[in-house]
Amino acid sequence: MNSIILRIGSRYVVGILLLFSIYMLLRGHNEPGGGFIGGLIGATGFVLYAIGCGTADARAALRIMPQTIAMAGLGIALVAGLAAAAFGDALFTGQWLFIGAEGDDKGLPLSTVLVFDIGVYLVVFGAILTLVFAMEEEI
Amino acid sequence: MTNDEPSRRSGNGFAGVVPVLISGAIFVFFLTLVPQISAGDVLRWSYDWVPSLGIKLSFLVDGLSLTFSLLISGIGTLVLLYSNTYLAGHVQYARFALFLTSFMLAMLGLVLADNLIGLFVFWELTTITSYLLIGFGHETTKGRRSALQALFVTGAGALALLAGLILLGISAGTFEISEILAKGDEIRAHEMYLPILILLLAGAFTKSAQFPFHFWLPNAMAAPTPVSAFLHSATMVKAGVYLLARMHPAFSGTDVWLWTLTIFGAVTAVFASFLALRQTDLKQALAYTTLMALGTLTLFLGQTSSYAITAFVTFLIVHSLYKAALFLVVGCIDHATGTREAEILGGLGRVMPVTAIAAAIAALSMAGFPPFLGFIGKELKYAGALAVASEPVFVAGAVLLANALMLAVAGVVAFRPFWRKTDSELPRTPREAPWQMLAGPVLLAAAGAIFGINPDLLQVPLVNPTVATFLGDPTDAKELKLWAGVNLPLFLSIATFVLGLLIYVIHRPLRNLLIRADNAAPNFDRGWDAFLSGLKAFAWWQTKYLQSGVLRQYIFITFATVLVGLGGTMLVRGIGNVLPDLTGIALRNWAVVALITVGTLIAATTRSRIAAVAALGVVGIGVALIFIIFSAPDVAITQLLVETLIVVLVAVAMLRLPFLDAQGESDHRPWDAVLAIGVGGVVTLTLLAVLATPLDLRLTEYFEVTSWPEAFGRNIVNVILVDFRALDTFGEIAVVVIASLSAYALLRTTAKEKSE
Repeated sequence: MNSIILRIGSRYVVGILLLFSIYMLLRGHNEPGGGFIGGLIGATGFVLYAIGCGTADARAALRIMPQTIAMAGLGIALVAGLAAAAFGDALFTGQWLFIGAEGDDKGLPLSTVLVFDIGVYLVVFGAILTLVFAMEEEI
Repeated sequence: MTNDEPSRRSGNGFAGVVPVLISGAIFVFFLTLVPQISAGDVLRWSYDWVPSLGIKLSFLVDGLSLTFSLLISGIGTLVLLYSNTYLAGHVQYARFALFLTSFMLAMLGLVLADNLIGLFVFWELTTITSYLLIGFGHETTKGRRSALQALFVTGAGALALLAGLILLGISAGTFEISEILAKGDEIRAHEMYLPILILLLAGAFTKSAQFPFHFWLPNAMAAPTPVSAFLHSATMVKAGVYLLARMHPAFSGTDVWLWTLTIFGAVTAVFASFLALRQTDLKQALAYTTLMALGTLTLFLGQTSSYAITAFVTFLIVHSLYKAALFLVVGCIDHATGTREAEILGGLGRVMPVTAIAAAIAALSMAGFPPFLGFIGKELKYAGALAVASEPVFVAGAVLLANALMLAVAGVVAFRPFWRKTDSELPRTPREAPWQMLAGPVLLAAAGAIFGINPDLLQVPLVNPTVATFLGDPTDAKELKLWAGVNLPLFLSIATFVLGLLIYVIHRPLRNLLIRADNAAPNFDRGWDAFLSGLKAFAWWQTKYLQSGVLRQYIFITFATVLVGLGGTMLVRGIGNVLPDLTGIALRNWAVVALITVGTLIAATTRSRIAAVAALGVVGIGVALIFIIFSAPDVAITQLLVETLIVVLVAVAMLRLPFLDAQGESDHRPWDAVLAIGVGGVVTLTLLAVLATPLDLRLTEYFEVTSWPEAFGRNIVNVILVDFRALDTFGEIAVVVIASLSAYALLRTTAKEKSE
């Protein structure tokens, strides 16, 4: 597709969508969002970029092969799940660390659950882009 | 024939030495347990493994498991020492040593396990390691085929075994073997006794290669010779026998047990002895004599008399000693001359005197000559056979015939190659094997001689406590002695010698006769091939039929199945009155319904692909609106995003496709419409039926209550995904990755084909 508007527009939109996807990922535990949705949004950005500027450009902009991203996500999710064993809990039990918690204020909550969600994000992001790039290159 | 090219360099460094030391240490450890066990103690270790299912990782050392452990670790040490020279300089020696050591540990776990599930896990570990060892020469088709065959046959048996063990555990109310054995009467009277027994026997008979599952064992000789010596004579194939022996106190004594084991054992023993004589490859001949031994052991396990049990225990030890020795001797011959063909070999006695003597001693034990342990074993076998209450003549006759044939085979394998005069050209100039390879045969043969001359060395430390695991009392064991007086077993022994020597003298014409008979008889190995190719042909046929490669047909078949399955169930079971109350539905909901309906109609009738895809997108967005109206924002967002992506993707793909009419698709439309309306109707009815039943809100309430206090999240959907049901999510994302990689591979393949 050769559309100059799409080509120029998609360069700006991809950044905004990526930022938005990370926002959705991080707020997911308390508000609508999460790794799955975040991954979809992030992938949409790159799909747009690939349609506007071509798959080769999109791949170059991504730098890492999408398959690798998906596999890394799976690995991260697995590590997050197995980490519970190191704390003596059953596998995939969430482990939490509240930095600066005072009373009802939980401070900055960090958890293996978030790491797991990041894994989900990367899997969805990588898997969709693997598929889309391959399809566009094939056609 | 050999796929393991022996080299004459010695040693493999670290990978060669460490396994020997490990197994040697294990052997010494078990030796130190002997005094305790022979004094009547039973040692037990137990750890909780899966406490919620009552599964423990528990181990038991009693007479039976100690005897097996000593054989496994002792022969294992000698075999590892032997392999280090036999396969010296092999590129993959480290891998080989790892497989062999893992196998040994799995086998030890199997005989020591005191829990049915633990037993099964180790059982399967031996199956897998044995697969890897048989397939060690994986460059050859034969090696791969043999390994797969062994895996399939023993694996299928193991599935039956698993079912049997679980049934047994449930019926007995415990998975601990020692507790089950104490409930013998209860189990024999249980209504599930027969199904359990059949399943256990299926596992044991496939593993121990009993007729008609015997065909995989001779093929397994594709493994390097030390592996055959270890797995296929002394240890793994005895796992089935071990299982029967372990279960003996709980299962024996019924007619089913008696006759199944007696008949299968006797048939295997006699049948295999004839086939052993038929072979000209020394290793194959030994493989069939192993079958004979397994048959004999099974036969005696059918009985409950103390003579039969003592005969079982003694023959178990005798056989492991001489058979491992002879396999290693054949390996030495192969290593030295480059062949194992009985008709080529001869005159090796002068060049390989030590091997020859070790072979002679082992063979004399195998043939049952005094003063070797084999003689005592044979006398006990006759005594045991004659003690069979109902059919002593049948059992003793089978044992006599098998023993006589054994004597002849012992002559063929261990006498002729060394002392026969021959002019045949050998592929290599033979010379004596190095000490590492002689240690095994010499020590094992010597053990047979020493225990024969002084059976007390074996009686009190091992035989008595082992017999006690069957009969409860070590004093029940019959005495092992060379001279038991003039009695019927002695006469049967003499008859064996006469008959055996006669068969040996005429074994060449007899072999030709057997080869002809064997070629005429149904061949199980070829039957296996026919079975596999039949299975493949069936798979091919149904794949061609159901998976034609046309996407529309896939979809049609899938939805037709849904229609028939759901619709059929509704017709048969009825669904009652599910008509919903349509009053009071908000206007905005009707608007969404209208949106979806319009989208559907456009998608179904338009002649443009792009319009169809866009219309489907409208339907999807309508669904997302429903999610929003019923306050499920997460699901709605996901739905919207997925819908958008699909429309974009399909649009990209369809830009290159021809117009709908060009393919003459309209012929299918009426049928597609019927199917679509049918599936839609049935699914609607199903959903209405689901809604007609009161909704169980317990899970929802649980998540609502616990989401914040326990998982620190207010978004229940996300908390369920990443915390409460994280393992499920992990499975799902694994599927996503696999699916995308598969699709990628498929797309890439077609792209490559196009460019070529």
